[in-house]
Amino acid sequence: MPGVSAGPDAAPVLEARQITKTFPGVIANEDIDFALHQGEIHCLLGENGAGKSTLMNVLYGLYAPTGGEIVVRGETVRFASSADAIARGIGMVHQHFQLIPTFTVAENVALGDEVTTRWRNLDLAATRDRIVEIGERYGLAVNPDAIVGELSVGVQQRIELIKALERDAEILILDEPTAVLTPGEVDDFFDVVRTLVDKGKSIVFITHKLREVLAVADRITVLRGGRAVGSADPSTATEQDLANLMVGRDVVFTVEKPPANPGAVRLELRDVNVTDERGVETCRSIDLRVRAGEIFGIAGVEGNGQRELVEAVTGMRTPASGSIRLGDDDITHASPRQVADLGVGHVPEDRNRHGVVGPFSIADNMVLNRYHHAPFSQRFLRRDAPIRELATELVEQYDVRTPGIDVAVATLSGGNQQKVIVAREMSRPLQLLVVAQPTRGLDVGSIEFIHRRIVQMRDEGAAVLLVSAELDEILSLSDRIGVLYRGELVGEFDRESATRERVGLLMARGRGDSEVPT
Amino acid sequence: MTGGRERWAAELRHSIQIQSILVPLLAIVCAFAVGAVAIVAIGDNPIEAYWALLRGMFGSGDRIAASLGRSTPFIGASLAVAFAFRAGLFNIGAEGQLLVGATAAAWVGTWASVRDLPGIVAIVLLLAAGATAGFAYGAVPGLLKAKTGAHEVIVTIMLNAIALLYVRWLVNSQDPILLRDTASSVPRTAPIEDAARLPTFVDSQPPLHLGFLVMVALATLVWFILQRTSFGFEVRTVGTNPEAARYAGMDVGRTIFLAMAISGLLAGVAGAGEISGTSGFLSPGVFINIGFDSIAIALLARANPFAIVPASILWGAMLSGAGLMQQEVGLSIDVVRIVQALVLLFVAADVIVRTIFRIRKAADDPLATSTLASGWGGP
Repeated sequence: MPGVSAGPDAAPVLEARQITKTFPGVIANEDIDFALHQGEIHCLLGENGAGKSTLMNVLYGLYAPTGGEIVVRGETVRFASSADAIARGIGMVHQHFQLIPTFTVAENVALGDEVTTRWRNLDLAATRDRIVEIGERYGLAVNPDAIVGELSVGVQQRIELIKALERDAEILILDEPTAVLTPGEVDDFFDVVRTLVDKGKSIVFITHKLREVLAVADRITVLRGGRAVGSADPSTATEQDLANLMVGRDVVFTVEKPPANPGAVRLELRDVNVTDERGVETCRSIDLRVRAGEIFGIAGVEGNGQRELVEAVTGMRTPASGSIRLGDDDITHASPRQVADLGVGHVPEDRNRHGVVGPFSIADNMVLNRYHHAPFSQRFLRRDAPIRELATELVEQYDVRTPGIDVAVATLSGGNQQKVIVAREMSRPLQLLVVAQPTRGLDVGSIEFIHRRIVQMRDEGAAVLLVSAELDEILSLSDRIGVLYRGELVGEFDRESATRERVGLLMARGRGDSEVPT
Repeated sequence: MTGGRERWAAELRHSIQIQSILVPLLAIVCAFAVGAVAIVAIGDNPIEAYWALLRGMFGSGDRIAASLGRSTPFIGASLAVAFAFRAGLFNIGAEGQLLVGATAAAWVGTWASVRDLPGIVAIVLLLAAGATAGFAYGAVPGLLKAKTGAHEVIVTIMLNAIALLYVRWLVNSQDPILLRDTASSVPRTAPIEDAARLPTFVDSQPPLHLGFLVMVALATLVWFILQRTSFGFEVRTVGTNPEAARYAGMDVGRTIFLAMAISGLLAGVAGAGEISGTSGFLSPGVFINIGFDSIAIALLARANPFAIVPASILWGAMLSGAGLMQQEVGLSIDVVRIVQALVLLFVAADVIVRTIFRIRKAADDPLATSTLASGWGGP
């Protein structure tokens, strides 16, 4: 077991006692007991919306608890803000980094905790020395003068850790730290975490990924529906145990998937180059064919051109060069409307930005892709009856949990919002289905459902282009797999020859310095 | 369509929810309360002053008619602002669009050929002239925004100045004579033909004319377009989440262009209605501030076409009733302007009202921060 577990009778360094946190109409945390001991990695496991982040925000002083108390090293404390928590030696690394990309590493670390000289001038040299010192001590080497925006995500995360350590944090709360990392980076990150624990730090590790929990935890607490529903010993627990505890019922891990029955080529990209809004070429010479009745999965760490590729295929972005064909139609220069009307469904990666209109009702959101067609529109007029009929039917069919179809979509949970999108995009005959990050941030139940629907669309004869940063999702759904690295398709595998290691290596390093045959 | 009527009723109920009415109403209460403090500070009795104001607004049949007459152009112009709001656009240019519409109407109304037209045709012609001019003038910022991304706030502010000065020149210029009435000693256009005058119901000051009903009809039409047509759905989608609109295949540029042009059209009709109903001619300076006040009214009405009507009536009536307050209590008319400014302040900073009265924000408020924010600072 990694880490140095303290004896059971040693007092916890951080303890939550009967913590309750309610928001108007919602109980986010209810009577949660949670204890972190000196020198251990305590994993907090739970689905999205289980109350993990709320609990940690309470412990970090961002929320005042409605009930219960926080005890730090045997002393009951009351945090008015995170500054109080920091003063008590608690540091937090948020899921979304709180860094200023145009500043140097030293400037970012100094921010909010500036060392100044007598005349209140910024003394960056002192911060720089601290960074080097911390780096050597914990194995977190970073160049203090590098511009943060030019560093990789893995390094940026190190800076966040350094920020917390620079403020003398003894207790570190890491909120979904691995969500943005490649498989290789995750391993490096685990090494760092273990080093920290060896040097006496105590760590709360929030995640919903079972594999990681078992790899790194000394102790596991599972949250479900705002309550602590159990704890587990990582040396004996299995992924299945944890998943069942997390979801509250038996979970089917593998997607039931009959063998693919691929037909003619539906989508064909030839030498496609795409540039982003800054004019940077983000996709280079992409050649890609997706057949009817197969799922082509594109693996890759986010930001390697996936967004632009999807936008090019769905008409939201015109490629700089190359051609895109859908069946017999050239859609290189087609508009989103033209592409959609040819029978292309698109589940966009950014749910809130593209997928839904938050303040609109479920009914209005369900017809976003067909409001202009009969029977929903006739001679420029909207026809309510068919719209409501469709919405009612889809809500039922796709199991959207809502009090009614007139409810604003913004009031639904992320999983239900995604179901609205999936229902809208998959409920018409499709030639091609483009799905990007379809299950990000969703609970296990919704993930199962959406995965089944994707396979169903394939079996009904649609070509499916699946883009996901979750390697597990790609591996469990795809019939063929391509890896996108720095805008290039660096590898293409049949499902059989695609192992986690081979794909993971390509995701991390591309073709350049890898030994993997492609 | 069975159940269609019930749906309409439900939607109507939805659009006049307690929630959305409460905050503006309380904002008005707050504004009058703070205004009272100002009145006390200068040594007058606010109760007397407000009582005189209220009687000035609605104290007699004639005063009611004058209040409605005064509010007529506000309805059209604030509908213009509201329509743009719903498309996520902040149309500061109602002032200029109204002026351009009024000018077109004043010009067309003097055509000799109008004299022999039947009244209904002449009036429609006049209003159509105002509509066309307003549409064209609104189309300019719409086109620039759609094609180049030029921010409509900047463009419409500039166009206001252009309209104001250009119209002043048109009416003032004596060499060459353009629209100036040579028979008049003050700069103004010639009176329009009688056939093109909107019938007057009450000869109050200002008169209550058919234009009021035209504006109310326009409010209904705007509601219908927004809620019941596919185009209105596009407008609302673009206004709420333009990225989602683009993803859904809507032509965002075209929608922005049309929304801005239609906004201009509404303001243009309001201007033409005033020429046809109230003055019968155009003199530079008569419409000062109507377009700007309409921004406040549209905000007060939270861009709801039906709420526009009572909000405009309140606004017009306050201006119309201020005279009596001045006569009886000796308070400057500016006090009313101060209260109106306070109304706008409390509506815009509705957090204050919500905090005072402990009201929570509705999640599906059509004008929830996103729309306005995109109008203010959006790309």
